[in-house]
Amino acid sequence: MSQSTTDNPHHIDVKEFHPRARAAIADPKVRQNFRKAMDGLISKRKDAFEGWDLEALRDLGANVRLRALANLPDLLEQLEKKLTANGIYVHWAIDGDEACKIVRNICVARNARTVIKGKSMVSEEMELNHYLEERGIEALESDLGEYIVQLAGETPSHIIMPAIHKNTGEISELMHEKTGTDLSNDVEYLTASARQQLREKFMNADVGVSGVNFAVAETGTLCLVENEGNGRMTTTVPPCHIAVTGIEKVVGTLEDVAPLLALLTRSATGQHITTYFNMISSARKPGELDGPEEVHLVLIDNGRSSIYQDDELLDTLRCIRCGACMNHCPVYTRVGGHTYGTTYPGPIGKILMPHLIGLDEGRHLPTASSLCGACGEVCPVKIPIPDLLVRLRQESVDGDKLNPAKVRGHGAKRGSVEAMIWKGWSWMHARPGAYRFGTAVAARLRKLQPGKLGGWTKYRTAPKLAAKTLHERMKERGQ
Amino acid sequence: MSSRDTILQRLRNRSGGDLNVPDCDFAVLKRQPSSVAERIEQFQKTIESVHGEVHRCSSENWVTQLAGILSDRGAHNLLIPAAHTIGHTLRDSGRDDLPELLIYDEPIESWQPHLFNEVDASITSTRGGIAETGSLILWPTPDEPRLMSLVPPIHIAVLEASELYSTFHEAMLKQNWASGMPTNALLVSGPSKTADIEQTLAYGVHGPKELIVLVIE
Amino acid sequence: MADPIKVYPPKPSHVYFYATCLIDMFYPDAGMAGIQLLEREGIKVIFPEDQTCCGQPAYTSGYHDEARAVAKAQLDLFPEGWPIVVPSGSCGGMMRKHYPSLFKKTDQEKKATEIAARTWELTDFLLNVCHIKLEDLGDPTTVAMHTSCSARREMGVAEVGPRLIGQLQNVNLVEQIRAEECCGFGGTFTVRHPEISGAMVSEKVDALTDTGAGAFVTTDCGCMMNIAGFAEKNNKPLEGQHILSFLWERTSPDNGGDS
Repeated sequence: MSQSTTDNPHHIDVKEFHPRARAAIADPKVRQNFRKAMDGLISKRKDAFEGWDLEALRDLGANVRLRALANLPDLLEQLEKKLTANGIYVHWAIDGDEACKIVRNICVARNARTVIKGKSMVSEEMELNHYLEERGIEALESDLGEYIVQLAGETPSHIIMPAIHKNTGEISELMHEKTGTDLSNDVEYLTASARQQLREKFMNADVGVSGVNFAVAETGTLCLVENEGNGRMTTTVPPCHIAVTGIEKVVGTLEDVAPLLALLTRSATGQHITTYFNMISSARKPGELDGPEEVHLVLIDNGRSSIYQDDELLDTLRCIRCGACMNHCPVYTRVGGHTYGTTYPGPIGKILMPHLIGLDEGRHLPTASSLCGACGEVCPVKIPIPDLLVRLRQESVDGDKLNPAKVRGHGAKRGSVEAMIWKGWSWMHARPGAYRFGTAVAARLRKLQPGKLGGWTKYRTAPKLAAKTLHERMKERGQ
Repeated sequence: MSSRDTILQRLRNRSGGDLNVPDCDFAVLKRQPSSVAERIEQFQKTIESVHGEVHRCSSENWVTQLAGILSDRGAHNLLIPAAHTIGHTLRDSGRDDLPELLIYDEPIESWQPHLFNEVDASITSTRGGIAETGSLILWPTPDEPRLMSLVPPIHIAVLEASELYSTFHEAMLKQNWASGMPTNALLVSGPSKTADIEQTLAYGVHGPKELIVLVIE
Repeated sequence: MADPIKVYPPKPSHVYFYATCLIDMFYPDAGMAGIQLLEREGIKVIFPEDQTCCGQPAYTSGYHDEARAVAKAQLDLFPEGWPIVVPSGSCGGMMRKHYPSLFKKTDQEKKATEIAARTWELTDFLLNVCHIKLEDLGDPTTVAMHTSCSARREMGVAEVGPRLIGQLQNVNLVEQIRAEECCGFGGTFTVRHPEISGAMVSEKVDALTDTGAGAFVTTDCGCMMNIAGFAEKNNKPLEGQHILSFLWERTSPDNGGDS
């Protein structure tokens, strides 16, 4: 591979979770930016589902996704057939690198030098911008949040609101420094400046790259959900549009889209609907006066077909990328998106990324949760996120002989000391006599209880053993 | 083996075996029957909550209302459909209080800078609306191409009140979308907006800054 | 797909009391309070002597073999068909929600599933099975409540604690902001990610003290240990008590004296 000519913001050691978490927690600005944003999103979501039978809607969302997954290979073939018939080229990529190559080859064939991008988390997963820029093709983000993050040389800290970690002042300074806008706390001014700069880019871009929210097999339709119009610009103005998406995004029928759309926008930002719901089923047809003459879809596996093998892990693929799990996550709210060091942060990142980067690399992700269950409670498609976190914890320590671990990099977190401690714990708690003896002795010796218990007593006093266990008291009571 | 075949084979030969196909009960999307007046009211309330503007008109007075809207904003020109009745009505109105009327009758490549820089407003028809979400249904055509509702800073949409549906679900079923989708179909629910800077709403980030709906009753 | 709807059993003659290891070692008073409340409702409480721990600490840490060995030792403690009551949403959740999957495809699967189905969180049981009527004998006081995440989300009892406290005439229950947010306990999470857990409990203590109540009650000893331990270490004016102790103390003529 050629030497890197640009800094790749994706090159973060995922394993260094702890130092990043400590730094984020110590940074009052990060704490405040996230807390404020998440509080707002939580309350908006709640309002948006007012009057709905939310459980029935979530059941429908989950079932629609499950039904699509149950028929996944057939639906993908149907989608391909329909799209091809509509004049849209379909490509398949095993991983992000292959997907990048496909995009680049399309660019090269068209002699394209500039790519404008609509918001796409899959393109982040592919690290597409970096790949293209290393090969002399400019890739510019047009979603305002992504644009800001790109100016800063960063990655998104939230899958829906990429620049949520920055406040207006920080963004103003960044835009001033990088694009020469005036320093201002006027969000309208900053937005208008970005509009002006990006409009020029839209007019001159050779290729538009977008993501896909739902791909409908029945009609061969690519659906995009957005508020800004950058998605529509990206998919309409340049002469060539390339959509990139994960293979799990397909649904069977157009009707399936209705509940998913209702769930997605309300869960994500508390909107009844986004400003634009953009459904693309064809390249420009003869007689039509605008729209790209060439449209491509790149379907990316990148670990998804491995997730697909296992009945429990499969639920991960139901995700519609609304971000509600991170909005409601007390850990995400404290540490922010960058701490995770992964494309997808927060609870969904914790259950998805280990499959993409390996459980050895992502070993801290499943543990960074109190298993409070807020994520699972709000998930619009009822992914049992806490259960999947426990499953991945098990996989990361090879903790279940009856259900041997499957995920790439499993067992990497198994330490001999920790394993011994749990073995000892298990030995004692599986033997009632030993347990009663041990706990009674501990109660007698409670004055000798250590005052310091690692991370616990850094923030709290040590728990105090009672003088007598409940077992002893019940015994005295004659039971 | 190609990547396509590798992926499909992995999916087909999944180690977990066949998956259950659950039943999907769409009843939760069904709504009580409502009157046109109720749907207009809900549509108006919802789209106004996201900064859309609604003018209730009749087929007799909408041009007058339009002229007022455009002159209030000092629009110098208006992009209109060539073939649709809206276009005909405007061109045949003989009014002198309308701005210059432009027609999108050439491929975008021949006039892109003009569209991007010179056009103040556009007017398009709609294929109906959705009361619950305050949405307009647009299926762009050669007569009303895709960029018409996107690039000019003001987009005016004409909505026949009789074509207001309760929900997206109802609209797609009643209009039988599954039987064939156009190149591009859109739901438009308000002007372009962003909250990417500290959750503060700003309008017109890429698309129109104003969305004005003329509801014809 | 929907969570199964809870079908409460009729009030039984007997229950098994599953104390949990935290109550056994650290908060036996809360356990006694629970037992006394049940007995006052005319229920014979069986305390299986051989109970230890539900296995949850190892389970959530990924050590499922070890968790299963411990959990297996609990499965034989409840031979009669009586309900099993647990003074904790967390341990109750482990038994009710996770035992069936932990023992899936083992010889114990049937037994584990059967036990799971008759496991109840104790406050839920008192309110919805015993239909307890509380008479407040205490002085006027103000208290806040923290429902544990497992009680709230796994056991679905978020409304139960406030309704029980609502029966106490002299108690003013105040709500904290972000009541549904986790206190940062999460078992081994507190030591694996001490800073994150510390940040969470710090804000939880602020939320509770901001209510103006100097005390809070909770369904779970883990949360109590976490929240009260932080308050104590940082000299915050906040005391914690298990909801069962609180209910018993306020409604018992001998003011919670040990029997």
